[in-house]
Amino acid sequence: MRHIISLLMENEAGALSRVAGLFSARGYNIESLTVAATEDATLSRMTIVTTGSDDVIEQIIKQLNKLIDVVKVLDLNDGKHIERELMLVKVKATGVFKDEMKRMSDIFRGRIIDVADNSYTIELTGSCSKLDAFLEAIDRSAILETVRTGASGIGRGDRILKV
Amino acid sequence: MEASTLSATDTPTQSMTGADIVVHCLNEEQVKFVFGYPGGAVLHIYDALYKQNGFKHILVRHEQAAVHAADAYARATGDVGVALVTSGPGATNAVTGIATAYMDSVPIVVISGQVPVPAIGMDAFQEVDMVGVTRPCVKHNFLVKHVKDIAPTIKKAFYIAKTGRPGPVVVDIPKDITAHVADFIYPKTVEMRSYTPILKGHSGQIKKAVKLLLNAKRPMIYTGGGLVLGNGAAELVKLAKALNFPVTNTLMGLGGYPATDPQFVGMLGMHGTYEANMAMQHCDVLLAVGARFDDRVIGNPKHFTGQKRTIIHLDVDPSSISKRVKVDVPIVGDVQSVLADMNEILAQEENQTTDCAQWWQQIQEWRGVKSLDYQYSDSVIKPQYVIEKLWEVTKGDAYVTSDVGQHQMWAAQYYKFDKPRRWINSGGLGTMGVGLPYAMGCQFADKNAQVACVTGEGSIQMNIQELSTCAQYGLPIKVILLNNRYLGMVRQWQEFFYENRYSESYMDSLPDFVKLAESYGHVGMRITNPADVEGALKEAFDRKDKFVFMDFLTDQKENVFPMVENGKGLSEMVLSPMAANRMKGEQ
Ligand SMILES: Cc1cc2nc3c(=O)[nH]c(=O)nc-3n(C[C@H](O)[C@H](O)[C@H](O)COP(=O)(O)OP(=O)(O)OC[C@H]3O[C@@H](n4cnc5c(N)ncnc54)[C@H](O)[C@@H]3O)c2cc1C
Ligand SMILES: Cc1ncc(C[n+]2csc(CCOP(=O)(O)OP(=O)(O)O)c2C)c(N)n1
Ligand SMILES: [Mg+2]
Repeated sequence: MRHIISLLMENEAGALSRVAGLFSARGYNIESLTVAATEDATLSRMTIVTTGSDDVIEQIIKQLNKLIDVVKVLDLNDGKHIERELMLVKVKATGVFKDEMKRMSDIFRGRIIDVADNSYTIELTGSCSKLDAFLEAIDRSAILETVRTGASGIGRGDRILKV
Repeated sequence: MEASTLSATDTPTQSMTGADIVVHCLNEEQVKFVFGYPGGAVLHIYDALYKQNGFKHILVRHEQAAVHAADAYARATGDVGVALVTSGPGATNAVTGIATAYMDSVPIVVISGQVPVPAIGMDAFQEVDMVGVTRPCVKHNFLVKHVKDIAPTIKKAFYIAKTGRPGPVVVDIPKDITAHVADFIYPKTVEMRSYTPILKGHSGQIKKAVKLLLNAKRPMIYTGGGLVLGNGAAELVKLAKALNFPVTNTLMGLGGYPATDPQFVGMLGMHGTYEANMAMQHCDVLLAVGARFDDRVIGNPKHFTGQKRTIIHLDVDPSSISKRVKVDVPIVGDVQSVLADMNEILAQEENQTTDCAQWWQQIQEWRGVKSLDYQYSDSVIKPQYVIEKLWEVTKGDAYVTSDVGQHQMWAAQYYKFDKPRRWINSGGLGTMGVGLPYAMGCQFADKNAQVACVTGEGSIQMNIQELSTCAQYGLPIKVILLNNRYLGMVRQWQEFFYENRYSESYMDSLPDFVKLAESYGHVGMRITNPADVEGALKEAFDRKDKFVFMDFLTDQKENVFPMVENGKGLSEMVLSPMAANRMKGEQ
């Protein structure tokens, strides 16, 4: 099953490589991994999207907790949560595509953030599956370039990951 | 919020170089021995240690041996072992030692030199990314980038190495900062918000476990390296005695329960005894203590879990629990603390008697197979016989180190360890070459002790250069070489699984080990006749101040039995020809 794991770790040099190294050394999947400092500059927050059986996810959580720099780990799937990913898509904006891309962007609540002679760049946020759906919905031949941040996740309501 | 708090000593601070700070830190940690090898990046540190006499530096002949010796010192004493190596090749030479300690959860601190901070990343002379190289085989590692960070980092390194599930910690120190000057302040304590090992077990779980144990009909206690590492042997003996349960140890756990006690059923696993493996497979309640259900212990996991049993698993590392086998009652905590709690709860129970007479009867039957019997010969030396005699001659009280191979298994099977921390070997990584440096570490740990290194002619040559170190420090180690002129463990697998195609497992051009030993000023002995085995051992151990290298020419084709072949279940052992015949006869 797909799981979104959030963790807080000491904002130290090499911290990211410890997590990435753990996943590759133990053969765990990483669908995406995002990391940035939090409002507390000594802490980084990471969101990892992975897939695995319950046993594998249990091991992943335990192994992450075992890393000395990791302060807290939360499997967002254990409760209600929100997930968001940002995608920038550069699409052809010539001929029929010109209106079509504007229309599709609107439907998916995207924003055109750059307009060039022959292309638009569309900014889109949403769950990973929504972004996938957008790419499915538009004509493949119109896609010039995509870049995605990977998912960030947060628990709903009182579910707070903080030290 | 502070990431970690290190409370400082009240002692007035003193300004000194980074190198002096390193030395002062080690003295603050009451380190007695540092095993190491100098080089450019650590020259400042070597200069600083020259000027102190708190700890003794032991000059090995290869950095791998420095780490192994520090590792053995830690295993033998329970204190943190320390190694010091230079950057680049010194550091990479240390990696096998670090990985070996990691796999067996041994607390060591390895200090490696690094190129100066401004040179890092420039492909500088003798530069290697030590933090990167060792990341997968350390408990934690640090690159220190400022002289003021040296003391707090070393404090943390020792703390991390020895608490929770122990393990190696590497501290990589660039050369320039060992020349920089700072005030020396050694923190008294460490607290890290990101690292808080759980020591006390959950009382509800412990109570549940005791209930289960009391109601068991076919109980089994299976203990591992964690019981030894956590100094829990005394509590375990108390528990096992109170309950009258059978006890088995893993290869790493030998000595955790006295081998000469009637409740001990021997080692279990790939080369475990018949009774230990059968009891492990057929028990109804299993208490696992500081053991990690390794593939060499439970055989085929499907076969193992195919049999229903209730498992209680006590381990300080949550990731060891339900990793390979799902358990019913997990208890995260330190062996000593949890076992003490169990004993206390048990003592309060109204009815403490257990009913396992039938089970013991079954176990006695299994014992009747005598799975460790071997065919004695009066023409060729049987390796098992050498170990039996070694046990007798040393009165079961030696530190026994081993290398990796058949000789390791025979040492484990035939030397009856009654005390923890006496059997020192590489189980997890299975590193050939550890034997001699391990013996050095033990001899430094206990200079008057009898130390025997059981080895093979393949393994001993992987760190043979340490004969020189042993000469320099006058270590009276006894090397017990079971010389079968084969990479015996490999040869055995080739005999069993590759139709006797002995591909590259015969070793030609062996040195004359007697002359080799003598060339270092040691005593060399060659023993070829079974009748001479005991006398030779006595003679060697009587030479209390001499290093004696005993080259036993043993039966070349002897195999290790019983054996659970790869993919087979625990109860599907291949027995020795003798034991197999006995089984047939009885049927
Ligand atoms: C040639 C060869 C053959 C082998 N054959 C066998 C065999 O037949 N039988 C066998 O048993 N092994 C055998 N091994 C060894 C095997 O590979 C493993 O190394 C070994 O079985 C692991 O032992 P263990 O389960 O005791 O775990 P260890 O590696 O000793 O792990 C210790 C466990 O205890 C925990 N722990 C540590 N400290 C504490 C504490 N204070 N409190 C609580 N828990 C703690 C740790 O978290 C860990 O889970 C063989 C190895 C070789 C090289
Ligand atoms: C460094 C290393 N290389 C290879 C192996 C694989 N290996 C395991 S046992 C063994 C043979 C050991 O031979 P020897 O030391 O003579 O011991 P014997 O089995 O003959 O008693 C080998 C090659 C290993 N464990 N370690
Ligand atoms: Mg051999």
